[in-house]
Amino acid sequence: MKIRAQIAMVLNLDKCIGCHTCSITCKNVWTSREGVEYAWFNNVETKPGIGYPKDWENQKRWNGGWKRRGDGSIEPKQGGKWRVLAKIFANPDLPEIDDYYEPFTFDYEHLQKAPELEAFPTARPRSLITGERMEKIVSGPNWEEILGGEFSKRSADYNFEGVQKEMYGQFENTFMMYLPRLCEHCLNPACVASCPSGAIYKREEDGVVLIDQDKCRGWRMCISGCPYKKIYYNWSSGKSEKCILCYPRLEAGMPTVCSETCVGRIRYLGVILYDADRIETAASEKDERNLYDAQTGIFLDPNDPKVIAEARAEGISEQWLEAARRSPIWKMAMEWKVAFPLHPEYRTLPMVWYVPPLSPIQSAAAAGKMGMDGDMPDVRSLRIPLRYLANMLTAGDEEPVALGLERMLAMRAYMRAKSVDGVIDEKIAAKVGMTGAQIEEMYKIMALANYEDRFVIPTTHREWAEDAYDLKASCGFSFGNGCSDGETPSLFGGNKTPAIRKPEEFA
Amino acid sequence: MAQFLNQMMFGWYPYLCLTVFLVGSWARFDREQYTWRTGSSQLLRRKQLMWGSNLFHVGILIIFMGHFVGLLTPIAIFDAIGIPHGFKQVMAIVVGGVAGLMCLVGISLLTHRRLTDVRIRKTSSFGDTAILLVLFAQLLLGLLTIFVSLGHLDGHEMVKFMNWAQGVLTLQVDSWKWLVDVHPIFKLHLVLGMTIFLVFPFTRLVHIWSAPVWYFGRQGYQVVRTRKQLNAAE
Repeated sequence: MKIRAQIAMVLNLDKCIGCHTCSITCKNVWTSREGVEYAWFNNVETKPGIGYPKDWENQKRWNGGWKRRGDGSIEPKQGGKWRVLAKIFANPDLPEIDDYYEPFTFDYEHLQKAPELEAFPTARPRSLITGERMEKIVSGPNWEEILGGEFSKRSADYNFEGVQKEMYGQFENTFMMYLPRLCEHCLNPACVASCPSGAIYKREEDGVVLIDQDKCRGWRMCISGCPYKKIYYNWSSGKSEKCILCYPRLEAGMPTVCSETCVGRIRYLGVILYDADRIETAASEKDERNLYDAQTGIFLDPNDPKVIAEARAEGISEQWLEAARRSPIWKMAMEWKVAFPLHPEYRTLPMVWYVPPLSPIQSAAAAGKMGMDGDMPDVRSLRIPLRYLANMLTAGDEEPVALGLERMLAMRAYMRAKSVDGVIDEKIAAKVGMTGAQIEEMYKIMALANYEDRFVIPTTHREWAEDAYDLKASCGFSFGNGCSDGETPSLFGGNKTPAIRKPEEFA
Repeated sequence: MAQFLNQMMFGWYPYLCLTVFLVGSWARFDREQYTWRTGSSQLLRRKQLMWGSNLFHVGILIIFMGHFVGLLTPIAIFDAIGIPHGFKQVMAIVVGGVAGLMCLVGISLLTHRRLTDVRIRKTSSFGDTAILLVLFAQLLLGLLTIFVSLGHLDGHEMVKFMNWAQGVLTLQVDSWKWLVDVHPIFKLHLVLGMTIFLVFPFTRLVHIWSAPVWYFGRQGYQVVRTRKQLNAAE
């Protein structure tokens, strides 16, 4: 057993209102630079839809993630080491920028400077890559917002696998949900495996997956390797970039920017202990539908004295162990089983998990034919098809998702009985395999969701691992050669500090 | 005067180029590694790159290996294993010709793409476009030398270049004299070739140093960094 700790995230989709505050704050902090205008380390998709970049979930097309070979071992779906290097001159699986969208701005200045005209002046779009006029904007990072676009296009959504989707194109039967997405900081990251330079790595102390910007050579195999398409090629610097889980904030015990600013309070950050020796075994699980169980199988119970003793022996600090015991992630993913990984079938063992959304009861049910299961509606009659959620969260296995939804419904029923009827009804809790006390804690963490319950982040204590005196007055967090001395232009091309160009500076 | 020019270009210039090539590469790697990258533009335009880049790279790698082995292997070794100069000359023409044509098709596609595609043109630096055109010119010169070489298939001209190249690297100051009477196309090809070494550290060509062959040596697929390891390395 080799115990490692990871800062993991859970997003409670039942409470996501699709406001995009997470995306905007992330964008403003990390990717408002030339070369990554099109990149959203965090984006929110309306589902059903094909998402951003287009059709990203379809690995038959993009070859991201891992595949299990006949002999039971796994290798990147885009190919083993030889095949990765054979594709290095031109990567056949790399999306083009149009698969994301061509970044644009508008000629705002024209609104102020236009001479007197017969028609109102307009601000027409202009490409942020070429600086040229764009006649029409044909896609954007959130092109399907609130079910925008035709159903025939949106229904190419991969999660409709095995669902009779035609009826959901009708207005009365339609459904929608939001899916905020960021880097999964996987236990078995395919981007790391695909990087020929070895520039991408997972940090042992907190599991954050980072790209060493100095070591990255721009071979761009990570972009096709990542099944979530959460690595972006900076066309200006020629390096790949990705979500860094705001590690400078995490190290200081603060939540990521997306989590901090989430107005719906849907995001949780906490510690998960896991057995690093069993990563490969778990990721090589034969049946895709067992991958969810396989992943939970390598998480270690932070209350188990044996685990605690072993973790201490391996140098994990008391503060981290305490955080692991109080981890909201452990509670939601393992104790209550209401959070699930996104697309476990990619075999990357992702560490950003999702609580599936409840949805209104189908109209047929409301007309008196509702499938009731005692006091509670049957989760199979919810408007969002169970199979759809299962395809997204458990590789199609409906049972775990059904249980998670039932527990959330039970929480509502129990709390309604308690606060409206003034009755503590243990039967409701027992029916879903929980106790009243558990449900009350679930209510505290998931419904009230106070700041200190959502974010249980131990500081990194770099001072224990490094000599802080050596770091005194050294360069802090910067991009590229931002730490180099001097103001002189570089002999080797490129700016030392990437400048942000305004649209009018392009042409 | 002609003698002075020959001495300057084939006696002194190689050392200037090699020095800038090595010191410049080292300085850039050490000081400004953030700028050390392939500079791929595939994200912006896939068209023409699939054929163009693959043909260009495969062709130029064969040509590079041919030049490296052909010029720098001591003549005594060829003699010892019984490869006649004439045979080596014909091999160089055939293999180099085929690889050169592959490379020519590739670089034509890449140049067309870089000059005409607005996304690529607008995001190219001066160096990106210039080095492509220099390589194009060098490739054409190289292909032209084939016609000269067809006139002396016994390989005696080729031996001159081997003697010169090996002489330069073994610091024999008068090795330039080997090249006094070779065809001017060869001389142009050599001067431009050395110039590519000269500008190498200032262009995207530095990615050649980083050909990721170490990928094969990685244990498994995953990379995990610990602070302990970092400390131990310091």
